[in-house]
Amino acid sequence: MPHADPRGVLTGVHFMDGDHAACEGALAAGARFAAGYPITPSTEIVERFAARIPTVGGVFIQMEDELAASIAIAGAVWAGAKAFTVTSGPGFSLMMEHIGFAVMTETPCVFMNVQRGGPSTGLPTLPAQADMMQARWGSHGDYEIIALSPNSPQECFDLAVRAFNLAEEFRVPVMLMMDEVVGHMTEKVVIPPAEQIEIYPRRHTRLPPGQYKPYAPGPDLVPEMAHAGEGYRFHVTGLTHDERGYPSMNAAAQDRLVKRLKAKITRAADRLACYEEEGTEDADVVVISYGITSRVAQRAVEMARARGVRVGRLRLITVWPFPTRQIRALARRVKALVVPELNLGQIVLEVERAAAGQAETISVPHAGGSVHAPEQILDAIMEVAK
Amino acid sequence: MTSQARDPAELGPRPEAEVPAESCDYQPENPVEQFLRTDRMPHIWCPGCGIGTTVNSFARALLEAKLDLDRVAVVSGIGCTGRVAGYVRLDSFHTTHGRAIPFATGLKLANPNLTVVVYSGDGDLFAIGGNHIIHAARRNLDLKVICVNNFVYGMTGGQLAPTTPVGALTTTTPYGCYEPAFNLPALMDAAGAVYVARWTSFHVRQLTRAMVDIFRKKGFCFIEVLTPCPSLFQRKNRMGEGLDAMKYYKEKSKVRHGAPTSEVGLTIDGDIIVGKFVDRERPEFLDLLRSQLAAQLGDRYVEVEHLVCS
Repeated sequence: MPHADPRGVLTGVHFMDGDHAACEGALAAGARFAAGYPITPSTEIVERFAARIPTVGGVFIQMEDELAASIAIAGAVWAGAKAFTVTSGPGFSLMMEHIGFAVMTETPCVFMNVQRGGPSTGLPTLPAQADMMQARWGSHGDYEIIALSPNSPQECFDLAVRAFNLAEEFRVPVMLMMDEVVGHMTEKVVIPPAEQIEIYPRRHTRLPPGQYKPYAPGPDLVPEMAHAGEGYRFHVTGLTHDERGYPSMNAAAQDRLVKRLKAKITRAADRLACYEEEGTEDADVVVISYGITSRVAQRAVEMARARGVRVGRLRLITVWPFPTRQIRALARRVKALVVPELNLGQIVLEVERAAAGQAETISVPHAGGSVHAPEQILDAIMEVAK
Repeated sequence: MTSQARDPAELGPRPEAEVPAESCDYQPENPVEQFLRTDRMPHIWCPGCGIGTTVNSFARALLEAKLDLDRVAVVSGIGCTGRVAGYVRLDSFHTTHGRAIPFATGLKLANPNLTVVVYSGDGDLFAIGGNHIIHAARRNLDLKVICVNNFVYGMTGGQLAPTTPVGALTTTTPYGCYEPAFNLPALMDAAGAVYVARWTSFHVRQLTRAMVDIFRKKGFCFIEVLTPCPSLFQRKNRMGEGLDAMKYYKEKSKVRHGAPTSEVGLTIDGDIIVGKFVDRERPEFLDLLRSQLAAQLGDRYVEVEHLVCS
């Protein structure tokens, strides 16, 4: 794969918060267009982009609302740019239609959501992980997206780069599902030299106009792109369409298109699965977590081990597509899976589905506003380990 | 792929002498055909609908303005007029309801070399998309907006629009519309558009001329085109067929170039003031962006014309 354009890469060792690190990840990945609308606790990402992009070469625009921001990026992508938008809860709700539009039109782009407490205005300045199902299911219709969950400022950088690469590879919107604590915590962030950052290039067609069909899929079910202004005179629509990109509204065309859009992600699920696993080999109990909750879970696991419980931990880095096969295999080996998350039980439902009765699945819910106390997770581990 | 519009002279009616008398191969060619995705015909528009007429003017304006057609992009929202993007043989984007303008904003900012035309209806641009159009006009981003106003939601079956005149019947105002309508030219004038005109689908030559004007003008340009919707608006309000609408437009239209936009509001049976109301200069958005950043950042400012990724 080609390497990052050094102009966007702030190589060095930094003391940086997660929001700023996510912005640097986007710049390193080659994003040269962002459209945003201010919303706590995500705003620092676009503030930094607005400050940085004029010296890198690109455009930031503050749009009039999140609906506008979330489709302005699609416009920029079809003109040739790599582009992203940034938001939190209420803004994420407004962006749902354009997540669906990006899925349907196969527009590679990145949505960053720094999660806060909801529903509605909820807790603007305090953390939650309650948009995890919304990221997967929030737009209407059947579809698949990819969602990544960082648990540190370093990972905000690393996964922002990966989010752009996956968006290009699969031509799908990718969600970077941060939370308020990860967004606002400041830690060491190491940004490598540009030549050590691999970049997945735009899958641009090599066919001449006339032979190019905008939605003819390749062997991996992903079609190649063209950009406006290149003479292809192509058509893009959110309507159900055929390989030419023309509206084709009937059951057969719908079946062909929607199944392909889903299959291009699900077929690659094993390759997309990304998680960190520790101490699960001989564990009776495994704590499954993601994002900021994984750091509290780690403490709870240490406390449980000190009490003699054989407990391991698994941290989801790719949350969607959910690593069903991997969790099912784990469930066969352990007695129970404990799932703490800053919501009232979302990803635990996926764990339960994957476990399919092979292991007991315990939810450790939290309505948001702070992180769990390690003892809450510890209690759940001790209870199930009895 | 030709990148230059053909000379209009080349596309005029063929001289009789050129047609071999015995040949069966000769097919009369419509000069606008090259602009259309003929493989998508027949179109969905109803008999007597005015949208196709505006597309004809659009094609002729593209010819006349001699634009590089490879660099013209059409962006539409949702609705009957939203289907224009699907029928023009150009890079074309049929986006989501109300969001043609912000899509076009991203497209234009990432590649300013494109001529970006937003072609959509009154409901799409001024009800669900109303916030976007006033902000695009405020910014004076270089977009060419063609708003086909048929006073009604056509695609969904004839409901109230923000342009429906008081007293008119729609399926959601079955006892007559009582909401005041937007005066679109006044709204666009107030929001900062540098070019504002109104014509009807009766005024095909003036409309073509106005489109050529906006292709040549930099900044946020707006043309309102009144068109009949015989299937819904005309029928519901006993206004006859498409041809009756042409007679009506002919009879009621008064050309008043430079009319104050506050005086051009439409009523259900009043005069239709048409013409070019606004044609002024204001700094364009990208020019403002670039000059501000260059002034503040000096040599550190990296100006990139086209944000194309590798």
